[in-house]
Amino acid sequence: MDFLRPASWEEALAAKAEHPTAVPIAGGTDVMVEINFDHRRPAYLLDLNRVGELNEWEVGEETVRLGASVPYTRIMEELRAELPGLALASHTVASPQIRNRGGVGGNLGTASPAGDAHPALLAAGCEVEVESVRGSRRIPIDHFYTGVKRNALAADELIRAVHIKKADGPQQYSKVGTRNAMVIAVCAFGIALHPETRTVRTGIGSAAPTPIRAKAAEEFLNAALDEGGFWDSKKIITPSVAKQFAELASGAANPIDDVRGTASYRRHAVGIMARRTLGWTWESYRGTGRSTEGVA
Amino acid sequence: MMRVNFTVNGRQQEADDVWEGESLLYVLRERMGLPGSKNACEQGECGSCTVRLDGVPVCSCLVAAGQVEGRDVVTVEGLADFARQRDEHGGCASGACGTSLQDARQWQARPSGGAAGSPTGEGGGASPRAALSPIQQAFIDAGAVQCGFCTPGLLVAADEMLEKNPQPTDADIREALSGNLCRCTGYEKILDAVRLAAARQDRAPQEGVV
Repeated sequence: MDFLRPASWEEALAAKAEHPTAVPIAGGTDVMVEINFDHRRPAYLLDLNRVGELNEWEVGEETVRLGASVPYTRIMEELRAELPGLALASHTVASPQIRNRGGVGGNLGTASPAGDAHPALLAAGCEVEVESVRGSRRIPIDHFYTGVKRNALAADELIRAVHIKKADGPQQYSKVGTRNAMVIAVCAFGIALHPETRTVRTGIGSAAPTPIRAKAAEEFLNAALDEGGFWDSKKIITPSVAKQFAELASGAANPIDDVRGTASYRRHAVGIMARRTLGWTWESYRGTGRSTEGVA
Repeated sequence: MMRVNFTVNGRQQEADDVWEGESLLYVLRERMGLPGSKNACEQGECGSCTVRLDGVPVCSCLVAAGQVEGRDVVTVEGLADFARQRDEHGGCASGACGTSLQDARQWQARPSGGAAGSPTGEGGGASPRAALSPIQQAFIDAGAVQCGFCTPGLLVAADEMLEKNPQPTDADIREALSGNLCRCTGYEKILDAVRLAAARQDRAPQEGVV
């Protein structure tokens, strides 16, 4: 094994070009587990800790450019206003020790359907900035996840940042697990209201081969909110509309039975989380309920 | 194999012949003779290996040794000195006031009064500085140590929380320690110990508090 220690982003890209099988390591919270348990023996480890810019973020007009290695702790503590859904999701990641090391770039690189950040990223809407010595490109999050633990990265590419839409309305995140810390999600649900475009976006975790949006549920809700004039009137959402939204979200799930839960439980729980998080965000939009920042 | 240079408990150290996939935990325990950080789950679940990396609590089993090159690590063996220096002058930036590796290896839990000898009658050559940190004393006073395996990680995590948040609520304590498992399930006494340390900190004269 070789340990590559690029001191800059350019050096990291050059190293990845020269050794496309090199495994990038930043927080190490996935990679080191695999090495400790002898599940993986990469020929090269590519340490990104010395590339300082990956730990930085910029808040722009429309988006936040979040460096791939910004730890979940910083997102939770410092980006709650701009990225409330992702901040809530970050708070559910493992433990303080893990949140101090892990970041969104690792979740995207691993592309596990259970990664906590995914539902929030899908709901907010974002683009993943990836780069190689051949050039830079931005992959829309809807095209990023390509299979179980597979993503759209080429072998010579590294994830540099994520450009996430700043919240223009309430966002929520819900995760089912056996305790409040140190759990891999049985399933998870993220929702973001986008009053500017009068749309609702969602994200489902751990209930399909990849993180997914509940698109049929979104389309139904968008039409129902539009037709009923809900965005203007800020009326309480009709219970039958919320119920139908929940059923469609549940139907979007394509889960399996595994050690953490059964497929039927996951389908059921996704529906419950969809209905609840819609209720929370809509109450917040109406200005009567809990804050956008929620509780975690 | 590679060489890694980093600061441990305030002193510059060097590890040779480090395997590229080796964890910081392994280097500390097997190469530096600092077995205070415990090796239990090796997957970041239990927190027994918690150390401060550039001041931040992390699971040392999930940090690749090569990633600590040029960085600063504090282990439970250096916690007493670390806490004392924090009290005296808000920390040690120079690296000249830390715990020597020799002292850290010979660390013994002794009453902070520093009375006659160590409980075991050994420990000759241990640093006269290395008494107990307030959080360590509180764990003893509250009876928060059972088998002791989770204790080092809890001490490092709790000490860091009290540094940032001197008057924690119970919810703050639970959250800060949520990454540390005690399989003796002695959590109530552990919470008591942290509350005790917080109360004592609160009562202490507020000089140079961070």
